[in-house]
Amino acid sequence: MPPPAADTLRRTPLFERHRQAGARLVPFAGWEMPVSYEGIRQEHTAVRTGAGMFDVSHMGEIETSGPQAEDFLQRLLSNDVSKMAELGAQYSLLCREDGGVLDDLFTYRLAAERFLTVTNASNHDKDLAWFAEQAEGFDVEVKDAHADWAMLAVQGPEARAALERVAEGELPRRMRTVELPLAGVTTLACGTGYTGEDGCELMIAPGGAAAVWDALLEQGVRPAGLGARDTLRLEVCFHLYGNDLSEDRNPIEAGLGWACKLDTDFIGAEALRATEPKQTLVPFAFTGLGIPRQDNPVKAPHGDGVVTSGSMSPCLDIGIGMAYVPVDDAEPGTDIEVDVRGKPRAAQVRKKPLYEKEISG
Amino acid sequence: MAEASYPDDLKYHEEHDWARIDGDQATFGITWYAQDALGEVVFFDPPQVGASVTKDGSYAEVESVKAVSDVFAPLSGKIVEVNEGLADSPEKINEDPYGQGWMVKVTLSDPSEVDALLDVGPYKELLS
Repeated sequence: MPPPAADTLRRTPLFERHRQAGARLVPFAGWEMPVSYEGIRQEHTAVRTGAGMFDVSHMGEIETSGPQAEDFLQRLLSNDVSKMAELGAQYSLLCREDGGVLDDLFTYRLAAERFLTVTNASNHDKDLAWFAEQAEGFDVEVKDAHADWAMLAVQGPEARAALERVAEGELPRRMRTVELPLAGVTTLACGTGYTGEDGCELMIAPGGAAAVWDALLEQGVRPAGLGARDTLRLEVCFHLYGNDLSEDRNPIEAGLGWACKLDTDFIGAEALRATEPKQTLVPFAFTGLGIPRQDNPVKAPHGDGVVTSGSMSPCLDIGIGMAYVPVDDAEPGTDIEVDVRGKPRAAQVRKKPLYEKEISG
Repeated sequence: MAEASYPDDLKYHEEHDWARIDGDQATFGITWYAQDALGEVVFFDPPQVGASVTKDGSYAEVESVKAVSDVFAPLSGKIVEVNEGLADSPEKINEDPYGQGWMVKVTLSDPSEVDALLDVGPYKELLS
Protein backbone atom coordinates (compact mmCIF):
# COMPACT_ATOMS: atom_id res chain seq x y z
CA MET A 1 0.00 0.00 0.00
CA PRO A 2 1.52 3.36 -0.93
CA PRO A 3 1.96 5.86 1.89
CA PRO A 4 -0.73 8.54 2.03
CA ALA A 5 0.05 11.62 -0.03
CA ALA A 6 1.98 14.26 1.86
CA ASP A 7 -0.88 16.77 1.65
CA THR A 8 -3.14 14.51 3.71
CA LEU A 9 -0.60 14.40 6.56
CA ARG A 10 -0.80 16.87 9.40
CA ARG A 11 2.12 19.16 10.11
CA THR A 12 3.29 20.58 13.41
CA PRO A 13 3.95 24.32 13.93
CA LEU A 14 7.66 23.49 13.64
CA PHE A 15 7.42 21.88 10.19
CA GLU A 16 9.32 24.68 8.43
CA ARG A 17 12.02 24.56 11.10
CA HIS A 18 12.49 20.85 10.39
CA ARG A 19 12.84 21.53 6.70
CA GLN A 20 15.38 24.27 7.39
CA ALA A 21 17.35 21.89 9.60
CA GLY A 22 17.54 19.32 6.79
CA ALA A 23 15.19 16.79 8.35
CA ARG A 24 14.21 13.55 6.72
CA LEU A 25 10.42 13.73 7.06
CA VAL A 26 8.28 10.62 7.21
CA PRO A 27 4.62 9.80 7.78
CA PHE A 28 4.04 8.87 11.42
CA ALA A 29 0.57 8.27 12.92
CA GLY A 30 -0.96 10.62 10.36
CA TRP A 31 1.66 13.32 10.82
CA GLU A 32 4.63 14.34 8.72
CA MET A 33 7.42 14.10 11.28
CA PRO A 34 11.22 14.37 11.33
CA VAL A 35 12.78 10.92 11.73
CA SER A 36 16.32 12.32 11.66
CA TYR A 37 18.40 15.35 10.70
CA GLU A 38 22.13 14.64 10.60
CA GLY A 39 21.80 10.95 11.49
CA ILE A 40 20.20 8.87 14.23
CA ARG A 41 23.53 8.00 15.83
CA GLN A 42 24.73 11.62 15.95
CA GLU A 43 21.44 12.82 17.39
CA HIS A 44 21.39 9.98 19.91
CA THR A 45 24.91 10.88 21.04
CA ALA A 46 24.03 14.58 21.23
CA VAL A 47 21.25 13.77 23.72
CA ARG A 48 23.46 11.45 25.79
CA THR A 49 26.36 13.90 25.98
CA GLY A 50 24.90 17.38 25.39
CA ALA A 51 21.37 18.51 24.63
CA GLY A 52 18.84 17.67 21.96
CA MET A 53 15.27 18.72 21.23
CA PHE A 54 12.44 16.66 19.80
CA ASP A 55 9.29 18.07 18.29
CA VAL A 56 6.62 15.79 19.72
CA SER A 57 3.67 18.01 18.85
CA HIS A 58 1.99 15.03 17.22
CA MET A 59 1.28 13.75 20.70
CA GLY A 60 -2.23 14.58 21.84
CA GLU A 61 -3.58 16.24 24.96
CA ILE A 62 -6.82 15.75 26.81
CA GLU A 63 -7.84 18.31 29.41
CA THR A 64 -10.06 17.09 32.22
CA SER A 65 -11.58 19.63 34.59
CA GLY A 66 -14.40 20.00 37.06
CA PRO A 67 -15.33 19.17 40.63
CA GLN A 68 -15.03 15.42 40.03
CA ALA A 69 -11.97 15.51 37.78
CA GLU A 70 -9.83 13.66 40.32
CA ASP A 71 -12.47 10.99 40.99
CA PHE A 72 -12.97 10.52 37.27
CA LEU A 73 -9.28 10.12 36.47
CA GLN A 74 -8.86 7.83 39.47
CA ARG A 75 -11.40 5.55 37.81
CA LEU A 76 -9.71 5.73 34.37
CA LEU A 77 -6.00 5.81 35.15
CA SER A 78 -4.08 2.96 36.75
CA ASN A 79 -1.98 5.07 39.11
CA ASP A 80 -3.16 6.74 42.32
CA VAL A 81 -4.28 10.11 41.00
CA SER A 82 -5.04 11.36 44.53
CA LYS A 83 -1.31 11.19 45.25
CA MET A 84 -0.56 13.69 42.52
CA ALA A 85 -0.01 17.12 44.04
CA GLU A 86 -0.89 20.33 42.24
CA LEU A 87 1.73 20.98 39.54
CA GLY A 88 2.82 17.35 39.84
CA ALA A 89 3.13 14.72 37.13
CA GLN A 90 2.30 11.03 37.03
CA TYR A 91 2.69 8.08 34.65
CA SER A 92 -0.18 5.66 34.28
CA LEU A 93 -1.90 3.19 32.00
CA LEU A 94 -5.34 3.48 30.50
CA CYS A 95 -6.89 0.01 30.63
CA ARG A 96 -9.98 -1.73 29.37
CA GLU A 97 -12.14 -3.74 31.73
CA ASP A 98 -10.14 -6.86 30.84
CA GLY A 99 -6.85 -5.14 31.69
CA GLY A 100 -5.73 -4.69 28.05
CA VAL A 101 -3.76 -1.48 27.66
CA LEU A 102 -5.44 1.28 25.63
CA ASP A 103 -2.56 3.71 26.09
CA ASP A 104 0.22 4.77 28.40
CA LEU A 105 0.03 8.35 29.52
CA PHE A 106 1.61 11.18 31.44
CA THR A 107 -0.83 13.33 33.36
CA TYR A 108 -0.02 16.75 34.79
CA ARG A 109 -2.11 18.27 37.55
CA LEU A 110 -2.36 21.92 36.59
CA ALA A 111 -4.76 22.81 39.42
CA ALA A 112 -6.80 20.96 42.05
CA GLU A 113 -9.60 20.35 39.54
CA ARG A 114 -7.71 20.60 36.24
CA PHE A 115 -5.55 17.92 34.62
CA LEU A 116 -3.72 17.65 31.31
CA THR A 117 -3.10 14.14 29.95
CA VAL A 118 -0.67 13.52 27.10
CA THR A 119 -1.67 10.76 24.68
CA ASN A 120 0.18 8.84 22.01
CA ALA A 121 -0.61 10.30 18.59
CA SER A 122 -1.92 7.03 17.20
CA ASN A 123 -4.22 6.55 20.21
CA HIS A 124 -5.48 10.08 20.72
CA ASP A 125 -8.89 9.71 19.08
CA LYS A 126 -9.47 6.33 20.72
CA ASP A 127 -8.46 7.72 24.14
CA LEU A 128 -10.64 10.76 23.73
CA ALA A 129 -13.66 8.60 22.87
CA TRP A 130 -12.95 6.39 25.90
CA PHE A 131 -12.66 9.43 28.20
CA ALA A 132 -15.92 10.87 26.85
CA GLU A 133 -17.74 7.54 27.18
CA GLN A 134 -16.58 6.99 30.76
CA ALA A 135 -17.28 10.59 31.80
CA GLU A 136 -21.00 9.92 31.97
CA GLY A 137 -22.20 10.34 35.55
CA PHE A 138 -19.15 12.38 36.60
CA ASP A 139 -19.25 16.15 37.02
CA VAL A 140 -16.32 16.73 34.65
CA GLU A 141 -15.55 18.35 31.36
CA VAL A 142 -13.37 16.37 28.95
CA LYS A 143 -11.82 18.49 26.23
CA ASP A 144 -9.67 17.63 23.24
CA ALA A 145 -6.74 20.01 23.77
CA HIS A 146 -4.53 18.70 20.96
CA ALA A 147 -4.84 21.88 18.91
CA ASP A 148 -3.94 24.05 21.94
CA TRP A 149 -0.42 22.74 22.36
CA ALA A 150 2.84 22.22 20.57
CA MET A 151 5.20 19.99 22.52
CA LEU A 152 8.97 20.08 22.58
CA ALA A 153 11.11 17.63 24.56
CA VAL A 154 14.49 19.09 25.51
CA GLN A 155 16.74 16.35 26.83
CA GLY A 156 20.35 15.68 27.76
CA PRO A 157 22.88 16.46 30.49
CA GLU A 158 23.15 20.04 29.21
CA ALA A 159 19.43 20.52 28.53
CA ARG A 160 18.64 22.24 31.81
CA ALA A 161 21.52 24.68 31.48
CA ALA A 162 20.43 25.60 27.96
CA LEU A 163 16.82 26.05 29.12
CA GLU A 164 17.90 28.15 32.09
CA ARG A 165 19.67 30.58 29.76
CA VAL A 166 16.38 31.36 27.95
CA ALA A 167 13.97 30.95 30.89
CA GLU A 168 12.65 33.66 33.19
CA GLY A 169 12.26 31.82 36.46
CA GLU A 170 13.15 28.47 37.90
CA LEU A 171 12.70 25.27 35.91
CA PRO A 172 10.62 22.45 37.40
CA ARG A 173 12.24 19.62 39.33
CA ARG A 174 11.74 16.08 38.10
CA MET A 175 8.05 15.09 37.92
CA ARG A 176 6.93 18.66 38.54
CA THR A 177 5.56 21.37 36.26
CA VAL A 178 6.01 25.14 36.20
CA GLU A 179 4.53 27.80 33.97
CA LEU A 180 7.17 30.29 32.95
CA PRO A 181 8.28 32.42 30.00
CA LEU A 182 10.88 30.81 27.73
CA ALA A 183 12.33 33.10 25.09
CA GLY A 184 9.41 35.40 25.93
CA VAL A 185 6.82 32.69 25.26
CA THR A 186 4.55 31.42 28.04
CA THR A 187 5.40 27.76 28.45
CA LEU A 188 4.28 24.92 30.66
CA ALA A 189 7.59 23.24 31.51
CA CYS A 190 7.42 19.68 32.81
CA GLY A 191 10.30 17.81 34.44
CA THR A 192 9.68 14.66 32.43
CA GLY A 193 11.19 12.90 29.43
CA TYR A 194 11.58 9.71 27.44
CA THR A 195 15.35 9.38 27.05
CA GLY A 196 16.76 8.53 30.47
CA GLU A 197 18.47 11.92 30.51
CA ASP A 198 17.69 15.04 32.50
CA GLY A 199 15.62 17.71 30.84
CA CYS A 200 12.13 19.10 30.36
CA GLU A 201 9.13 18.60 28.15
CA LEU A 202 7.65 21.93 27.09
CA MET A 203 4.01 22.54 26.33
CA ILE A 204 3.74 25.67 24.22
CA ALA A 205 0.89 27.47 22.43
CA PRO A 206 1.39 26.54 18.74
CA GLY A 207 2.14 30.13 17.71
CA GLY A 208 5.06 30.37 20.13
CA ALA A 209 6.78 27.09 19.35
CA ALA A 210 9.09 28.40 16.63
CA ALA A 211 10.45 31.18 18.88
CA VAL A 212 11.33 28.65 21.59
CA TRP A 213 12.90 26.33 19.01
CA ASP A 214 15.03 29.16 17.58
CA ALA A 215 16.19 30.30 21.03
CA LEU A 216 17.21 26.76 22.01
CA LEU A 217 18.96 26.20 18.69
CA GLU A 218 20.97 29.35 19.42
CA GLN A 219 21.94 27.84 22.77
CA GLY A 220 23.43 24.83 21.04
CA VAL A 221 20.53 22.41 21.52
CA ARG A 222 20.58 20.02 18.56
CA PRO A 223 17.44 18.98 16.68
CA ALA A 224 16.79 15.26 17.21
CA GLY A 225 14.26 13.11 15.39
CA LEU A 226 11.90 10.29 16.19
CA GLY A 227 14.59 7.77 15.21
CA ALA A 228 16.88 8.83 18.04
CA ARG A 229 13.90 9.18 20.37
CA ASP A 230 13.22 5.48 19.81
CA THR A 231 16.81 4.28 20.31
CA LEU A 232 17.22 6.48 23.41
CA ARG A 233 14.07 5.17 25.06
CA LEU A 234 14.91 1.57 24.20
CA GLU A 235 18.37 1.80 25.81
CA VAL A 236 16.70 2.76 29.08
CA CYS A 237 13.78 0.32 28.59
CA PHE A 238 10.89 2.76 28.40
CA HIS A 239 7.81 1.22 26.81
CA LEU A 240 6.53 2.24 23.41
CA TYR A 241 2.82 1.78 22.81
CA GLY A 242 2.18 -0.30 19.69
CA ASN A 243 5.43 -2.19 20.31
CA ASP A 244 5.77 -3.17 23.95
CA LEU A 245 2.22 -2.31 24.98
CA SER A 246 -1.04 -3.15 23.28
CA GLU A 247 -4.66 -4.02 23.97
CA ASP A 248 -3.58 -7.69 23.98
CA ARG A 249 -1.13 -7.22 26.83
CA ASN A 250 -1.79 -6.10 30.38
CA PRO A 251 0.41 -3.80 32.46
CA ILE A 252 1.52 -6.57 34.83
CA GLU A 253 2.97 -8.61 31.95
CA ALA A 254 4.60 -5.42 30.69
CA GLY A 255 6.40 -4.89 33.99
CA LEU A 256 4.33 -1.83 34.82
CA GLY A 257 2.78 -3.14 38.03
CA TRP A 258 4.43 -0.21 39.84
CA ALA A 259 2.10 2.16 37.96
CA CYS A 260 -1.01 0.11 38.81
CA LYS A 261 -2.54 0.86 42.20
CA LEU A 262 -5.14 -1.90 42.27
CA ASP A 263 -6.82 -0.60 45.45
CA THR A 264 -7.92 2.54 43.58
CA ASP A 265 -10.34 0.30 41.63
CA PHE A 266 -9.52 1.77 38.25
CA ILE A 267 -11.11 0.21 35.18
CA GLY A 268 -9.19 -3.03 34.64
CA ALA A 269 -8.01 -3.45 38.25
CA GLU A 270 -10.39 -6.32 38.91
CA ALA A 271 -9.17 -8.24 35.89
CA LEU A 272 -5.53 -7.61 36.82
CA ARG A 273 -6.12 -8.90 40.34
CA ALA A 274 -7.49 -12.14 38.87
CA THR A 275 -4.76 -12.80 36.28
CA GLU A 276 -1.50 -14.61 36.69
CA PRO A 277 0.75 -13.53 33.80
CA LYS A 278 2.40 -16.31 31.81
CA GLN A 279 4.81 -14.02 30.05
CA THR A 280 6.71 -10.94 31.07
CA LEU A 281 8.52 -8.21 29.20
CA VAL A 282 12.30 -8.33 29.58
CA PRO A 283 15.19 -6.32 28.18
CA PHE A 284 17.82 -8.31 26.32
CA ALA A 285 21.08 -7.81 24.47
CA PHE A 286 22.66 -9.81 21.68
CA THR A 287 25.90 -11.51 22.65
CA GLY A 288 27.06 -11.79 19.03
CA LEU A 289 26.18 -10.44 15.62
CA GLY A 290 22.85 -9.12 14.42
CA ILE A 291 20.10 -6.66 15.20
CA PRO A 292 16.76 -7.77 16.67
CA ARG A 293 13.58 -6.32 15.20
CA GLN A 294 9.95 -6.15 16.27
CA ASP A 295 8.07 -9.46 15.87
CA ASN A 296 11.21 -11.63 15.72
CA PRO A 297 10.37 -14.98 17.38
CA VAL A 298 12.21 -15.85 20.61
CA LYS A 299 13.19 -19.25 21.97
CA ALA A 300 13.61 -19.23 25.74
CA PRO A 301 14.32 -22.17 28.09
CA HIS A 302 10.66 -22.50 29.14
CA GLY A 303 8.94 -21.71 25.86
CA ASP A 304 8.52 -19.26 23.05
CA GLY A 305 8.42 -15.49 23.15
CA VAL A 306 8.45 -12.50 20.83
CA VAL A 307 10.51 -9.35 20.34
CA THR A 308 8.43 -6.19 20.70
CA SER A 309 11.22 -3.62 20.21
CA GLY A 310 14.65 -4.07 18.70
CA SER A 311 17.46 -1.93 17.40
CA MET A 312 21.16 -1.40 17.26
CA SER A 313 22.13 0.44 20.44
CA PRO A 314 24.16 3.50 19.46
CA CYS A 315 25.76 3.70 22.94
CA LEU A 316 26.48 -0.01 23.46
CA ASP A 317 27.10 -0.86 19.78
CA ILE A 318 25.22 -4.14 20.02
CA GLY A 319 21.75 -5.35 19.14
CA ILE A 320 19.30 -4.71 21.99
CA GLY A 321 15.59 -5.07 22.52
CA MET A 322 12.65 -5.98 24.67
CA ALA A 323 10.73 -9.24 24.40
CA TYR A 324 7.89 -11.08 26.05
CA VAL A 325 9.24 -14.37 27.42
CA PRO A 326 7.85 -17.00 29.84
CA VAL A 327 7.89 -15.64 33.40
CA ASP A 328 10.36 -18.36 34.42
CA ASP A 329 12.88 -16.97 31.92
CA ALA A 330 12.85 -13.38 33.12
CA GLU A 331 15.96 -13.67 35.30
CA PRO A 332 18.85 -11.47 34.03
CA GLY A 333 21.53 -13.71 32.57
CA THR A 334 19.09 -16.19 31.03
CA ASP A 335 20.25 -17.21 27.56
CA ILE A 336 17.66 -16.88 24.82
CA GLU A 337 17.72 -17.17 21.05
CA VAL A 338 16.17 -14.66 18.66
CA ASP A 339 15.19 -15.73 15.16
CA VAL A 340 16.15 -12.79 12.94
CA ARG A 341 14.59 -13.51 9.56
CA GLY A 342 15.61 -17.16 9.72
CA LYS A 343 18.99 -16.68 11.40
CA PRO A 344 19.29 -17.75 15.05
CA ARG A 345 21.04 -15.04 17.08
CA ALA A 346 22.32 -15.51 20.63
CA ALA A 347 20.98 -13.14 23.26
CA GLN A 348 20.80 -12.79 27.00
CA VAL A 349 18.13 -11.36 29.28
CA ARG A 350 19.49 -8.26 31.00
CA LYS A 351 18.39 -6.05 33.83
CA LYS A 352 16.91 -2.60 33.32
CA PRO A 353 18.16 -0.26 32.06
CA LEU A 354 20.26 -1.67 29.23
CA TYR A 355 22.27 1.51 29.16
CA GLU A 356 23.38 3.24 32.32
CA LYS A 357 25.48 6.35 32.50
CA GLU A 358 28.91 5.64 33.89
CA ILE A 359 29.13 7.10 37.35
CA SER A 360 32.30 9.10 37.54
CA GLY A 361 34.45 9.67 40.63
CA MET B 1 28.17 11.37 4.10
CA ALA B 2 29.55 11.63 0.59
CA GLU B 3 27.97 13.86 -2.06
CA ALA B 4 25.54 12.24 -4.50
CA SER B 5 27.48 10.54 -7.28
CA TYR B 6 26.90 7.96 -9.98
CA PRO B 7 30.06 6.85 -11.80
CA ASP B 8 29.92 6.53 -15.61
CA ASP B 9 31.70 3.19 -15.77
CA LEU B 10 29.11 1.20 -13.79
CA LYS B 11 25.95 -0.65 -14.76
CA TYR B 12 22.86 -0.01 -12.64
CA HIS B 13 19.89 -2.08 -11.48
CA GLU B 14 16.48 -0.48 -10.77
CA GLU B 15 16.66 -1.65 -7.15
CA HIS B 16 19.57 0.75 -6.68
CA ASP B 17 22.42 -1.70 -6.98
CA TRP B 18 25.48 -1.33 -9.17
CA ALA B 19 27.82 -3.74 -11.00
CA ARG B 20 31.37 -3.07 -12.13
CA ILE B 21 31.96 -5.51 -15.00
CA ASP B 22 35.40 -6.93 -15.70
CA GLY B 23 35.13 -9.69 -18.32
CA ASP B 24 33.19 -12.55 -16.77
CA GLN B 25 33.64 -11.12 -13.28
CA ALA B 26 31.72 -8.35 -11.61
CA THR B 27 31.77 -6.42 -8.34
CA PHE B 28 28.41 -5.50 -6.72
CA GLY B 29 27.36 -2.79 -4.32
CA ILE B 30 24.52 -0.37 -3.59
CA THR B 31 24.21 3.08 -5.09
CA TRP B 32 24.54 6.46 -3.43
CA TYR B 33 20.75 6.77 -3.55
CA ALA B 34 20.27 3.45 -1.75
CA GLN B 35 22.69 4.22 1.08
CA ASP B 36 21.24 7.71 1.48
CA ALA B 37 17.70 6.34 1.71
CA LEU B 38 18.82 3.76 4.26
CA GLY B 39 20.74 6.16 6.48
CA GLU B 40 23.78 5.17 8.48
CA VAL B 41 24.56 1.50 7.88
CA VAL B 42 25.31 -0.32 11.13
CA PHE B 43 25.32 -3.94 10.00
CA PHE B 44 26.08 -5.84 6.81
CA ASP B 45 25.37 -9.53 6.84
CA PRO B 46 27.50 -10.96 4.00
CA PRO B 47 26.63 -14.08 2.03
CA GLN B 48 28.97 -17.10 1.88
CA VAL B 49 31.74 -17.33 -0.68
CA GLY B 50 30.64 -20.01 -3.17
CA ALA B 51 26.95 -19.15 -2.88
CA SER B 52 25.00 -18.61 -6.07
CA VAL B 53 23.22 -15.35 -6.72
CA THR B 54 20.38 -14.84 -9.16
CA LYS B 55 19.73 -11.63 -11.06
CA ASP B 56 16.98 -9.62 -9.26
CA GLY B 57 17.24 -11.90 -6.22
CA SER B 58 18.26 -10.78 -2.73
CA TYR B 59 21.75 -11.97 -1.76
CA ALA B 60 22.43 -10.03 1.44
CA GLU B 61 20.92 -7.67 4.00
CA VAL B 62 22.08 -4.28 5.03
CA GLU B 63 20.75 -2.61 8.17
CA SER B 64 20.58 0.92 9.47
CA VAL B 65 19.60 1.72 13.05
CA LYS B 66 15.93 1.73 12.06
CA ALA B 67 15.57 -0.42 8.98
CA VAL B 68 16.54 -3.62 7.22
CA SER B 69 17.00 -3.61 3.48
CA ASP B 70 17.58 -6.43 1.03
CA VAL B 71 20.47 -6.13 -1.37
CA PHE B 72 19.60 -7.37 -4.86
CA ALA B 73 21.94 -9.02 -7.32
CA PRO B 74 22.11 -7.06 -10.55
CA LEU B 75 23.41 -10.19 -12.34
CA SER B 76 23.57 -13.97 -11.83
CA GLY B 77 26.67 -15.90 -10.83
CA LYS B 78 28.73 -17.40 -8.04
CA ILE B 79 30.26 -15.37 -5.22
CA VAL B 80 34.06 -15.59 -5.23
CA GLU B 81 34.84 -12.93 -2.62
CA VAL B 82 32.99 -10.91 0.01
CA ASN B 83 34.12 -7.60 1.47
CA GLU B 84 35.27 -8.74 4.93
CA GLY B 85 36.10 -5.16 5.86
CA LEU B 86 32.42 -4.31 6.13
CA ALA B 87 32.03 -6.47 9.24
CA ASP B 88 33.98 -3.95 11.29
CA SER B 89 33.30 -0.88 9.18
CA PRO B 90 29.81 -1.08 7.66
CA GLU B 91 29.85 2.73 7.47
CA LYS B 92 32.09 2.39 4.40
CA ILE B 93 28.86 1.61 2.52
CA ASN B 94 27.80 5.20 3.28
CA GLU B 95 31.16 6.87 2.97
CA ASP B 96 32.41 5.20 -0.18
CA PRO B 97 29.59 3.18 -1.80
CA TYR B 98 31.47 2.51 -5.05
CA GLY B 99 34.90 1.94 -3.49
CA GLN B 100 35.53 0.51 -0.02
CA GLY B 101 31.80 -0.10 0.33
CA TRP B 102 31.70 -2.82 -2.34
CA MET B 103 29.93 -5.96 -1.17
CA VAL B 104 30.75 -9.04 -3.26
CA LYS B 105 32.71 -10.19 -6.30
CA VAL B 106 30.96 -12.64 -8.56
CA THR B 107 31.86 -14.89 -11.48
CA LEU B 108 29.02 -14.29 -13.91
CA SER B 109 27.04 -17.27 -15.17
CA ASP B 110 25.41 -15.35 -18.02
CA PRO B 111 27.32 -12.22 -19.05
CA SER B 112 24.59 -11.39 -21.60
CA GLU B 113 22.39 -10.34 -18.65
CA VAL B 114 24.47 -7.16 -18.55
CA ASP B 115 22.42 -5.89 -21.51
CA ALA B 116 19.37 -5.60 -19.26
CA LEU B 117 21.11 -3.22 -16.83
CA LEU B 118 20.97 0.56 -17.03
CA ASP B 119 23.72 2.94 -17.99
CA VAL B 120 24.28 5.90 -15.74
CA GLY B 121 22.05 8.25 -17.81
CA PRO B 122 18.86 6.17 -17.64
CA TYR B 123 19.55 5.32 -13.98
CA LYS B 124 19.75 9.00 -13.06
CA GLU B 125 16.52 9.56 -15.00
CA LEU B 126 14.90 6.85 -12.91
CA LEU B 127 15.89 8.75 -9.78
CA SER B 128 14.60 12.12 -10.94
